[in-house]
Amino acid sequence: MRELSVQIIKQTIADLILKAQHFLPDDIKSAIIQAIHDEPNQSAKEILRILLENADISEKKVFPLCQDTGMVFVYLEIGQEIYFTRGLLKDAIYSGVELGYKEGYLRKSIVADPIKRVNTKNNLPPIIFTDIVAGDRIKITVVPKGFGAENQSGLKMMTPSATKEDIINFIVNGVIASGSKGCPPAIIGVGIGGSFDYSANISKRALLLPINECNSDPFYADMEKEILTRINESDIGPMGVGGKTTALGVRIITYPTHIAGLPVAYNYCCHSLRHASIEL
Amino acid sequence: MSFIIDIDKDIDQLRKSKAGIPLLINGTIYSARDAAHKRLKELIEKGEPLPIDLKNRILYYMGPTPAKEGNVIGSCGPTSSYRMDDFFEMTLELGIAASIGKGSRAPFVKELIKKYKSPYLITIGGAGAYLAKCVVSSRVIAFEDLGAEAITELVVKEFPVIVGIDFRGNQIFT
Repeated sequence: MRELSVQIIKQTIADLILKAQHFLPDDIKSAIIQAIHDEPNQSAKEILRILLENADISEKKVFPLCQDTGMVFVYLEIGQEIYFTRGLLKDAIYSGVELGYKEGYLRKSIVADPIKRVNTKNNLPPIIFTDIVAGDRIKITVVPKGFGAENQSGLKMMTPSATKEDIINFIVNGVIASGSKGCPPAIIGVGIGGSFDYSANISKRALLLPINECNSDPFYADMEKEILTRINESDIGPMGVGGKTTALGVRIITYPTHIAGLPVAYNYCCHSLRHASIEL
Repeated sequence: MSFIIDIDKDIDQLRKSKAGIPLLINGTIYSARDAAHKRLKELIEKGEPLPIDLKNRILYYMGPTPAKEGNVIGSCGPTSSYRMDDFFEMTLELGIAASIGKGSRAPFVKELIKKYKSPYLITIGGAGAYLAKCVVSSRVIAFEDLGAEAITELVVKEFPVIVGIDFRGNQIFT
């Protein structure tokens, strides 16, 4: 067994949140640079150029990338040989989120009740997903996600008779119908299989895959490519001004499912795809 | 190439700008998003006085991050405008000259814009750090208890917008 103080987890969570809020991941930056090069629409080009400048300003750690500093999703991969000491892991994560949002001057965007809507004023609670894995290490990933984009996501319980084309149509039509509401250029995470809830879970995890890579199965790599191409033929463009940059990337994760089902979920993320990870 | 418009002096020029035109605006705008709109509606329904006068003002759908020491504001990009659509006519009746946000809006919004000659402008979602550099001053003027959703008065300089839906109802959205 390896002992690990949860006090370290608290500071780590706060640090990861700040890193995610100020540094746009390299794969997203590269995709924006490429899009500026390829984009024929002048308004779209100018918006993309400003998004890059925005990322540069944000790296100085005064202004976060976006004012919607999001709800925090925490993904834990815990080695089963770790023994946590000096408190509860969950408490440490909550304290870390609170600390990060306070010290980072981040916007507190969480309401305690979905209908009564009173702000919790500390951005708590986060949503935590835990996986128990082999070994004595812990991998922590934080994803602060804005809801302008989250609101444009979709899920459908398709049937086993649905074809690859049916699935592509569901995703492409949904993304195009949301137009410019979700802050395009977007990154689309797709989850196929599992169950009602698990398809949504893996669609969010798909957002964390590098957009300059593709699915290892050529069948799904081809689907990723076709969905991206068709979204970009919509002429929605960055912020809806037109152009061919409506999405920067599409990634798919699949999971085995039941003989009677074919759940399909897509998670819409704006260009400000914020995430940071560490292994302790 | 963008035109610079001083909104405190020449709001009519802004009202008449055509869809797709990029503008840089100088002057005073008010921020308000979901909760502030809801609060205004409740006050009107109760027949109570409003804490601010929106006549000839520009509403910016935005809730910023807190300002760090030495800065007037934190990141301050637009939020999705469609969530304010059901409150839109109320704000037009209060006299707003224009609204700023991001994204397309419900079909009825276009008709209201034509009726009230109050264009919808878009700015760049996710460019909150960049837009913070265009804000000269900021102060809360109503509903302070709403935190990031309070109504603030912002003085902006060369704040970039594109006319999304113009006073004739023409729009850039497909």
